[in-house]
Amino acid sequence: MSLRIGAHAPPFDLPATDGTSAGVALESNPPATVIVFTCNHCPYALAWHDRIAAVATDYAEHGVEVLNINSNDADRYPRDSFEAMVRRVEADPDAWPMPYLHDETQDVAEAYGATTTPDVFVLDPEGRVAYRGAPDSDWEDPHEDADWLRGALDDVLAGRPVGLPETEPVGCSIKWRG
Amino acid sequence: MPPHVELLFWDGCPSHPRALADLRAALADTGLDPESIELREVPDEAAAAREAFTGSPTIRIDGRDVVDPGGEPVMLACRVYHRRDGGISPVPDPDDLREALRRAITTEGASS
Repeated sequence: MSLRIGAHAPPFDLPATDGTSAGVALESNPPATVIVFTCNHCPYALAWHDRIAAVATDYAEHGVEVLNINSNDADRYPRDSFEAMVRRVEADPDAWPMPYLHDETQDVAEAYGATTTPDVFVLDPEGRVAYRGAPDSDWEDPHEDADWLRGALDDVLAGRPVGLPETEPVGCSIKWRG
Repeated sequence: MPPHVELLFWDGCPSHPRALADLRAALADTGLDPESIELREVPDEAAAAREAFTGSPTIRIDGRDVVDPGGEPVMLACRVYHRRDGGISPVPDPDDLREALRRAITTEGASS
């Protein structure tokens, strides 16, 4: 079951492709945190990637942290291995103004109840889920510009309840082990 | 004889309804029967291996993939397509569908 709006998000710390680690803490979180379950091989995740990267760039000045997490089973989907993640980031570092984290055990995806790639969660400064769903209404139209995600961030940063707190995530299923 | 058009899909990927709609439109645009599609589900990895299925959806006309899968591995996943405008898509570009159908029609006409 997915985390409900208003629920406290489980803390985690995951390895990133650059050798560091990142995650969500119990306390001292940024003004807003965006968690995007994504992967290397899904066309929906790839189609939305640039829009999410633009959000990371545009909202960095507001202290918003955007974390991308790949939880797919890399044994069955080798393109989602940690090594493949590293290669992807190193091939185009400008496309990654945000960490790309590896959830090898799938514990984080399970804890959040993520179902698709992409599946977007926005957390408020207290670490509560303020938005969950798709980046915007149309993977096919770049002009949508992740406007559902941006709207949620604007509301969280202004201290308002999110006007559209939940939408249907759209994309490839997360590839679970076994 | 009209070309044999197959749409292979895996239910774990949400793209096949859109692919089916695009394919029906392409068939109509090229003067073929939009209902002539053989729709086949690829339910598991064994079936994917038998079909040399490189992702959902896969569209074949007279047994030939409308977009060359190249060295893509067999897998139960959504397939990545590249649109003519450079964008990434979970379904083939409609112009690629129409072009493949016209090629098949021309080939059929030349051989009959």
